[in-house]
Formats: sequence, C-alpha cells, structure tokens
Amino acid sequence: MNEQAEFAAALLQGHCPPGLHTWNNSAAEQRFAVYRNNYLVGLIEALADTFTVTQALVGVAFFQAMARVFVQTQPAQSPLLVGYGEGFGEFIDSFPPAAGLPYLGAVARLEMAYVQAYHAADAPVVAASELARWLDDGDALSRLRLTLHPSVQLVSSAYAVVSLWAAHQHDDPAGQLAAINLHSAQAAMLIRQGLEVLVIPISPASAQLIANLRQQSLATAAATASPEALTATLALLVQHAAISQLSLQE
Amino acid sequence: MTDFPNVNPPFAAGAAHAAPASLPCAAGIGLKPEHFRQILAQPPALGFFEIHAENYMVAGGPYHHYLEKIRALYPLSIHGVGLSIGGPQALDEEHLSRLAKLLQRYQPESFSEHLAWSSHAGTFFNDLLPLPYTQASLDSVCAHIDQVQSRLNRTMLLENPATYLQFCASTMSETQFIREVVRRTGCGLLLDVNNVHVSCTNHGTDARQYLSELPLQAVGEIHLAGFAEELDSQGAPLLIDSHGAPIAACVWELYAFTLALTGAKPSLIERDNNIPALAVLLAEAQQADQLIQAYAPAPTSAGVNQGVRR
Repeated sequence: MNEQAEFAAALLQGHCPPGLHTWNNSAAEQRFAVYRNNYLVGLIEALADTFTVTQALVGVAFFQAMARVFVQTQPAQSPLLVGYGEGFGEFIDSFPPAAGLPYLGAVARLEMAYVQAYHAADAPVVAASELARWLDDGDALSRLRLTLHPSVQLVSSAYAVVSLWAAHQHDDPAGQLAAINLHSAQAAMLIRQGLEVLVIPISPASAQLIANLRQQSLATAAATASPEALTATLALLVQHAAISQLSLQE
Repeated sequence: MTDFPNVNPPFAAGAAHAAPASLPCAAGIGLKPEHFRQILAQPPALGFFEIHAENYMVAGGPYHHYLEKIRALYPLSIHGVGLSIGGPQALDEEHLSRLAKLLQRYQPESFSEHLAWSSHAGTFFNDLLPLPYTQASLDSVCAHIDQVQSRLNRTMLLENPATYLQFCASTMSETQFIREVVRRTGCGLLLDVNNVHVSCTNHGTDARQYLSELPLQAVGEIHLAGFAEELDSQGAPLLIDSHGAPIAACVWELYAFTLALTGAKPSLIERDNNIPALAVLLAEAQQADQLIQAYAPAPTSAGVNQGVRR
C-alpha cells in the first residue's frame, strides 16, 4: 500500500502524489490541495485556539505564518491535539522574525500551561489544618514532602508576561498595555480551582521554591529560600488548595 | 411464581438504570464545550449527544465534569476521529487503550470511527484521508476493525468518507468495499448522508445509486452536516466536507430519501466549525426529527423518541 505512504509524504512536502485521478480530468493537484489545506489549516487553527494572546500580540497574519512554519517543522505526532503546541514557546524563542518580541515565547508557554492546568487530573486537597499539624511536628518536618495538585503549572520570564497575558483578559487590552513595564521579570503559578484556571502572579523566588518542592523535601527546598519567600509560598499554596498530598520521605 | 401471560414482565432490578443497547431513533447533536452550561441549565428534548473521543482523552477538569452530568441525562455516542483504521500500518495500541478507558467510563450507546486514515509513520495529519480500494486495503481495514471490536468488546459503526480524489490503484468501488467490510467484520454503518452527497458530486456519480448499493440494513446512525462549495479546474462543483455550515436543502432531500430506505434511524446534526448558538442546532435537530417521525413505523419499544432520559 505504497499509495498512502506517497500521499503522506506529499502532504508534508507539498507536491501532488502520483496515482490519483478525477472523474472529469480536472486537475488532481487542485483537489489534493484540499487535503493539504485541511491538514495545515486544521493544525494552525488548533494552535490559534490555544495561543489566543500570542496571536493577539502579533496579529492574525503573522501568527498564521509563524504557526505554519511550526506545523511544517514540528508536525503533530499524536491524535490528541490538546497537547499540540508544547514546544511552540521554544520554537518562537528561536524564530528569527519574532526576535523583536523577546517575551513572545514566554507568553506562549503561559498559554500552553493554562491548557495543561485546565485538563489536568482531578486530585484531593490537603486541608490547611493538616499541613499545620505536620509543620508543628519537628521530627516529621525534616522529612516532609509536599505533592502539588496536578494542575499546578509555573511560568517565569525576564519580561512582564503575566501582565501582558492579564491585559488580554480585559475587553480593552490596548488600554491596559500602556501601563506595563515590559522589562520587569515576572512569574506566575497556574492552578485549576473548581472549573476555572487561575493565573496567580508570584515572585520569581516563590516560583523557584515551588519548582524545588516538586523535586525535594520541604526542608531541602526551604534551605535555599529566604524565610519570607518560604512563608509567602506556603501561604499561597494553602490559600489556593495547591497541595494534594503530604508524605514523609524515608 | 405465577405467570401473567398477557402482562409485560417488570424490569429486572436495576435494569431501568442500565444503558440502552442502542441510540434512540431520534435526532442528536454534537456536544460542544460552548454549550455545556446551557444544556445543564435547561436540558433540551433531544435524542442523544455525540462527542469526539479524542477531545475527552484528558486527565480531568471541566470536560469530564460536564460530560458526566450530561451523559447522566442523555444517550451518548462516542465518535472517534484519530484511530486511522484505513491506514496500512498497525493500529496505535496506546490509542486503543485510551478509547477502551473512555468507553468503560461513559458506557456510550454507540461507538463509531471512519473509513479513512489520519496518521502515517508517526505523523498525525488531523484530517480524514482517503484510501485506495484494493484487496490489500480491504484485508487491512477488516483486520483493524476486528481488532477494535475485540479490544472494545463491542460492535462499532464505520462511517463512509467524503473524498476529493480517487486512486488509480482501486480495484473496487467504495460501496463494494464497504459492503465487504460490513459482511466480513459484522460492523455497522454510520451513514453520513452529507458525505454521500459530497463524494458523489466530487466524483460525478449518482448519490441515490450509491445509497442503493450500500448494506443499508447495517445502518446504526446517520450523520447530517453542511458543506462548502468550490469549483474544480474544469468548472465542476468541488464540495468540501466543512462541518461549518447549516445542512443544505439537497442533503435534507437525500436524507428523506435515505430514511425511506432505512426507516427511522438515530441522526446526528454534525457541526464542528463556526459553532452557532445551541438553539440553531436544536432547530436543525427538530427538522430531522420531523422527518424521522414521518418515516418511522410507530414506536414500539421504550426509549424511542422520549427525549431526555431521566
């Protein structure tokens, strides 16, 4: 069944494969272009659905051209399109025509993180009182390990990407943009609460600490954080029901 | 226990909660996230909802939250778009497992997929692509359907495609191919009437003739959708299966012709692009319901045309 291999190769490369015919001898190339267009436009639209702020920042024409290059260089590999676009932020970082917008890739990463938080697994939440009980237990504290809610995502950038994203949640983004200092480093924690994803601005120190908490015990992660960052971060995690499990490291 | 021969036996305990074995002979619509809240706020009278399987292959969150609630109220059809049954390569076992898990969770009344392929050599094309109709592709499609039906432990419906081109390598017609697949695998047919109109127009053949060549006794569901129209290089109409427009008058006519042959069938209003307000889709469903009722024999079994299942 060589025909389908040739058809697939032609979709990727853009030529019309051999071995096709039409009832009225109309051009097979034009009809094949319908398939090629469905393939490219379908995936470009999937990206546009996920990366709405990225598209708003550069305009539809630029976004579509950029997305087309992404689709051609990083074709989808899974029928689950919900994950298509992982890597789009990094692609944008190294996409020369977007070099004038150095924050654009991080905005795309934030938008991908949003989709991941939206569809992440449901999980139980540890009550604040239970965390308090463990924190009071000096013996256990040194071995305490926090498991964060599966929807927790972190985004950090040297640019004000959280403000940029937030501005586009308003009816009048342009009115919001003027007040943003692009060159301020920002970070956010994303978490799904109920059926909504929250994008919570946090300090870069908190973002680093939360990232460490994914890998390390609380004591180990806390050792490299300031007391202020530690207190603020734990309060944040409790306030937003971001801890799904407490366990003791052996 | 005394027999009362002229009285219907009562349902066995729990039977009232068991999922019916098939979709009701009524109109349904595709379930869209845009409409989740509105459907739950005021559940419309509707035969069933259909979802694309792949959209719900996510770990958790709002999609499952809403689908569970809506599924509790309505019969459900799960329609796969990514299994690539028509491809020459082995089916993706991981994807089959995801399907099995989804079907286990929601126990849909119907599962369907396409006579088409969408993946090749690790690339997913996100489109329903055509295959040559040869002995080799017939054997491959039948083996794939056998595998799906055995893995999912249920009979599936296979949907006839909308195509824009034909392969020189084909040695049989599409209807011959479908007849053989149905005969060999025992699968049912998801008859997409819009696809029949689109393909027959695109290949200069007669839609009514095409329908008469299909194994219509195997039809388990009908799809209705809108198409876009272009012209080919000879100036002949080239119809695109866009799922982005209302159902065209000629497709409604072909649907009525189909129902006259098949009798009443569960029928889906399929819209995946330019999603309109829920009321617009419900109006199309009502239009389909009127035809279904016109062609249906008087309903005799419980569950038919009863709308919301509570």
